[in-house]
Amino acid sequence: MTDIYLDNNATTKVDHAVVDAMIPYFLEQYGNPSSIHKFADGVARGIKQARGQVQALIGCEHDSEIIFTSCGTESNTTAILSAIKCQPNRKGIITTTVEHPAILGVCEQLEKEGYTIHRLPVDKCGRLNLDSYQKMLSENVALVTVMWANNETGTIFPVVEMAEMANAAGVMFHTDAVQAVGKIPMMLADTKIDMLSISGHKLHAPKGIGVLYLRRGVRYRPLLRGGHQERGRRAGTENTASIVGLGKACELALQHIEYENTQVKAMRDKLERGIIEAVPHSFVTGDLNNRLPNTTDIAFEYIEGESILMLLNKAGIAASSGSACTSGSLEPSHVMRAMDIPYTAAHGTIRFSFSRYNSMADVDAVLNVMPSIAATLRKLSPYWSGDAPVANPDLAFAPTYS
Amino acid sequence: MWDYSDKVKEHFFNPKNAGAVVDANATGEVGSISCGDALRLTLKVDDESEIILEAGFQTFGCGSAIASSSVLTEIIKGMTLDEALQVTNQDIADHLEGLPPEKMHCSVMGREALQAAIANYRGEEWRDDHEEGALICKCFAIDAVMIEEMVWANKLRTVEDVTNFTKAGGGCAACHEDIEAILEKVLAEKGEKFDAAAAPVKKPVETVAAVKTPLTSVQRIKKIEEVLESLRPALMADGGDAELVEVIGNTAYVNMTGACNGCSMAAMTIAGIQQRLMEVMGEFIKVVPASEMKKLVNIEMA
Repeated sequence: MTDIYLDNNATTKVDHAVVDAMIPYFLEQYGNPSSIHKFADGVARGIKQARGQVQALIGCEHDSEIIFTSCGTESNTTAILSAIKCQPNRKGIITTTVEHPAILGVCEQLEKEGYTIHRLPVDKCGRLNLDSYQKMLSENVALVTVMWANNETGTIFPVVEMAEMANAAGVMFHTDAVQAVGKIPMMLADTKIDMLSISGHKLHAPKGIGVLYLRRGVRYRPLLRGGHQERGRRAGTENTASIVGLGKACELALQHIEYENTQVKAMRDKLERGIIEAVPHSFVTGDLNNRLPNTTDIAFEYIEGESILMLLNKAGIAASSGSACTSGSLEPSHVMRAMDIPYTAAHGTIRFSFSRYNSMADVDAVLNVMPSIAATLRKLSPYWSGDAPVANPDLAFAPTYS
Repeated sequence: MWDYSDKVKEHFFNPKNAGAVVDANATGEVGSISCGDALRLTLKVDDESEIILEAGFQTFGCGSAIASSSVLTEIIKGMTLDEALQVTNQDIADHLEGLPPEKMHCSVMGREALQAAIANYRGEEWRDDHEEGALICKCFAIDAVMIEEMVWANKLRTVEDVTNFTKAGGGCAACHEDIEAILEKVLAEKGEKFDAAAAPVKKPVETVAAVKTPLTSVQRIKKIEEVLESLRPALMADGGDAELVEVIGNTAYVNMTGACNGCSMAAMTIAGIQQRLMEVMGEFIKVVPASEMKKLVNIEMA
């Protein structure tokens, strides 16, 4: 049995071509890019090429708008802190309830320090209401930060439109696009997006490399100072091998973006349909008509996500869950809670996320085991009886505390 | 994924006594659907002898919740109700060869379902006073509710106070920011302000000795020997043993012998010993296999 990896929104395998492109920068061109000798004389060229490759993927106007960072989280933190430092009189930030913790955690901290955080809610399908967004925009807001695509459900937010609205109101706009870049086409030069975060390991580059796109002319304050690297906007010796690797990964992502939106999407669609048909009391979460092509998040009612993952893992299948138990917290995923998914389903959500390395055979393998996994766990569940949920769960099972 | 013991996996993949007992005469239901755990325990009790003839479980929950339920039914079958009431959540965890600290609540849920079922059989009402919060201190498995209650009850003011009263924060110290946040919150509710440099609250009586005068090396070695002695029956039941070889600072070097030696569970057992030592001694203790000592000596001589 070959192992099947369907957790590509968590992280991806590094492409062989990416590894090959990186190796010379470990073994030959390992000099500090700032040095003037033959161990470093090709490094600047490598970095410049990578900058161009990233630029091509996201369609920005200048390659100097690309700032290499250590990860998506650093890019997000830099963007938020830069916006508030540049505009000390603006004490508000607009974001959403379903952002990645890398955004929400920074916002919570700023809230403690006196900032007002406006969190846009989502509806049951994970969509935003742009009218309420419009009302939040004001001259007290330093930054709007809204993810391009949700990591759990794949739901895409209308960031291009939202950036236009922010721009019209004179407010800076940042988007955490770590899940979107490389999966859907984008042309930043045609948008009003001011800042955008990329994470290398989500698109077959290594972990530990990211990008902050910073539109030319947008006011900016670095997070890390004390060096001329990245034109003084991100001090610290360049992670040359990973920068070159990320460049190569962006080139490959651009080549495969049509494949992603046709072939990869077809795999996702087949899996999703197959599961919903074969497993009673399961449903897809998020905005079905407006999603990343590689992601499906399925709620299995009356059973718990970690148990499902353990049985999937035994069958050689890797996926992930929004259940509380997988993270060690007591609450199920904040994204599921924000969409008002009931607890009996929110604890049983499983995310399958594909990449171009998957195949239809992988889909068949999951479809082969998923119905029996759900049935096995439901047999153990106090909320399930025979082949259906108990008639009235609240009355049939009333735990002493809840 | 969690580092589950083989025993946990065994009980999860092949649960024992799954499903409700037909013609059960005792039922205990506990859990919290919002936390993703719910357990119904059904028992068939012999009315004359009060011996548990059959036990069955139905669980909505994670791998360790299902494993805890399964192992609980195995433990209590054949026990009298009075014997079963002596079963602690630590017993359940021990039978599973340990649970990650974040998952200890699964064993607590098992014990509570058992108490609820016995109360149900005896026609008593079982009230649960247990409320669970987010896990704050991973070294000593202390949650937010426990810390909040102690801060309220004892008028605690600093992280050091919290550590003295609950042990939370006494290990790796990574949770100190979270403890400060709890202090800030509770103190704000009382109309006070958190001050990191506030004078310490008078320490609770039982930990005065441990905290005021740190253990001497001799005291520490004696204590460790006592704890190992208490754990020995369990180890020997599995055909193994553990011997204290050396104590340097807060590191105890232990020689695992018999079946423990080379057993894949040795690391888990060592973690269990370390946990117990920290609980008993109220200070951070690191337990290291004696084989690691050579490395240490080499470094020192080099």
